[in-house]
Amino acid sequence: MYKLEKRPNPSNLWAYLTPFLALIATMIAGGIMFWMLGKPPVDAIRTIFWDPLFNEQFAAYSRPQLLVKAAPLILIAIGLSIGFKAGVWNIGAEGQYVIGALCGAAVALAAYPLEAWWIFPAMVTAGAVGGFIWAMIPAILKIKLGTNEILVSLMLVYVALELLSSMSVGVLRNPDGNGFPGSRNLQQYASAHNAEIWQGSSVHWGVVAAFSAVVLAYVLMSKHRLGFQIKLAGAAPKAARFAGVNPHVITAVCLGISGALAGMAGMFEVAGPAGQVSIDFASGYGFTAIIVAFLGRLNPWGILAAGLLMSLTYIGGELAQFIIGLPASAISAFQGMLLFFLLAGELLVNYRIRRAAPRTVKEAV
Amino acid sequence: MILRRTLLAAAATALALTSGAFADGHEKLKVGFVYVGSIGDGGWTYEHNQSRLAVDEAFGDKVETIYQESVPEGADAERVMTQMALSGAKLIFTTSFGYMDPTINVAAKFPDVKFEHATGYKTADNVSTYSARFYEGRAVQGHIAGKMTKTNKIGYIASFPIPEVIRGINSAYLHAKRVNPDVEFNIIWAFTWEDPAKEADAAKTLIEQGADVILQHTDTTAPLTVAAENEGVIGFGQASDMAQFKDGPRVSSIIDNWAPYYIDRVKAVMDGTWETVQTWDGIDTGMVEIGEITDRVPADIKAEAEAMIEAMRTGAYHPFTGPINKQDGTPWLADGEVADDGTLAGMSFYIEGLTGDIPQ
Repeated sequence: MYKLEKRPNPSNLWAYLTPFLALIATMIAGGIMFWMLGKPPVDAIRTIFWDPLFNEQFAAYSRPQLLVKAAPLILIAIGLSIGFKAGVWNIGAEGQYVIGALCGAAVALAAYPLEAWWIFPAMVTAGAVGGFIWAMIPAILKIKLGTNEILVSLMLVYVALELLSSMSVGVLRNPDGNGFPGSRNLQQYASAHNAEIWQGSSVHWGVVAAFSAVVLAYVLMSKHRLGFQIKLAGAAPKAARFAGVNPHVITAVCLGISGALAGMAGMFEVAGPAGQVSIDFASGYGFTAIIVAFLGRLNPWGILAAGLLMSLTYIGGELAQFIIGLPASAISAFQGMLLFFLLAGELLVNYRIRRAAPRTVKEAV
Repeated sequence: MILRRTLLAAAATALALTSGAFADGHEKLKVGFVYVGSIGDGGWTYEHNQSRLAVDEAFGDKVETIYQESVPEGADAERVMTQMALSGAKLIFTTSFGYMDPTINVAAKFPDVKFEHATGYKTADNVSTYSARFYEGRAVQGHIAGKMTKTNKIGYIASFPIPEVIRGINSAYLHAKRVNPDVEFNIIWAFTWEDPAKEADAAKTLIEQGADVILQHTDTTAPLTVAAENEGVIGFGQASDMAQFKDGPRVSSIIDNWAPYYIDRVKAVMDGTWETVQTWDGIDTGMVEIGEITDRVPADIKAEAEAMIEAMRTGAYHPFTGPINKQDGTPWLADGEVADDGTLAGMSFYIEGLTGDIPQ
């Protein structure tokens, strides 16, 4: 007989090991799934994890694309992780991402066709402020009325999506677009274009922002007093209150930071890879970032790695679809497995498996 | 002399390229397809995929087709197309309006790869566009719907407020109103191409509001499933025949048949005769087909509908023939005047009689 026993302290060894074990378990279970679909399992796994990085045909293009795809995930996840540490659950990053994109694009479209150096910085600021304000709605409602920020922030996603639709066919619509929805393409507007910084690298300012956010979050959480207060508020709310930490301030700070970062991510996306405000601009980064935050164990460096891994499964998954003919849903299931095994592995961090002493005959009698 | 030499050189190069690519019979032409929905949607993407299979069938081992389904419109689409081009695809069909700018961007990076973008309006040296005159099919639907409705209420599930969809609404309304002056259109904008739950909700709402005919411009069979649950409600197959509902609510359908076009374009690339074109075909070339009108439609109405189809096939009848006013009452087409393609392509207004506003 085996039983689970709670560890007195979470195991550091397992905390480092489980992501790798989860990855291996996903490859095995995913391989079985691919095999059952009648596809070569080893080829499929290799296409997903190896080809984007090392296949000579694709790698030169895919490697920088990993950064492009990972940047918004990392930027949003970093913000979310700070809140999650404090027990402030911002589930609505997708909405803040959309509002940030709308505000950033609106600044650019208002300035069009003026070319000036200040337009791009103004867009970044507008994106951050837009996301910040959108996140302040659940923050203020929670502080003033005690509402649940999970529900409010989530519901605001749908409000944001409606606004996005309305803006793409209304105010922000391209006047030269023959009546089709969608704004002007910012890629064709030099002052507003979040272009690649080095020729051929695909690396845009969002990637730089994502890496900076990782470093800043690390400094904030491990070196700064505010970081300590945030962690304390999450781990022991009562103790935090005795220590003079104002929970309202923590709520506002956490939602504000995550909202601003999500808004910036949206702005970098709309001005760069996406190019325009369109009805289906939102592609779920705000929700996937929640997975990335937990995959990275709410640790900035972990999130960096998790964001890159997640984007690898996306890009490798795309390759596997048209090279091997895997259905899109099999790739989603594969990503789901990764999260499943990771959460299952969490058990080993907090619990250990002990052999229960067999019940003796005497006891049984 | 110089000119002649250049021509000869060009011919020699072309010959070398052709023989290098196809002479040994092992080099296949790789053709890529980018789909917005899943190939199992039973509608739009399903038909594109059927036409892809027709390409496979027509060319056998001379082609290799690859595809990717459920590709979001935007940055992801651009990457998918780039990867397809990197993998050696020489012809790529991008099958949704939202792929327009990504297609143009990627095409600029791969001048030797040909691109075909469905339902868009931007072209380049290596980008053609193609679409079908679905509004011809909508005219037939409108006629049948106007004749068949008992409640005089027709429900319309619209996707996005783009000209193609608005054209369809106008065409259906025009022809329903012509045979039934009391007819009313209720329009729900779903803001999605493929979302069975949303489409089903829209159908339920429309039926609750009294509609007994459901027209849809979304891609799945969900609205027909809802119609099947409601006595006396009829609908039409959209993009695909949706023949599995023939015994139930489906009385006819608009079928997008891309196969002849796809085969034609693949052949053009193989022969080296591919040129940029803007194709907009209708019932006449078979790109738009009207699925079998079932016996649920009385024989006289069926005969009228078939006569209309025939008139459109021969070009004798254009669905947008005046007199037609715009929604605000201002004249659009004078008596006997036929709409020009430019206005139709960018149509962003309702015609007179339709209520409500196009979402802004």
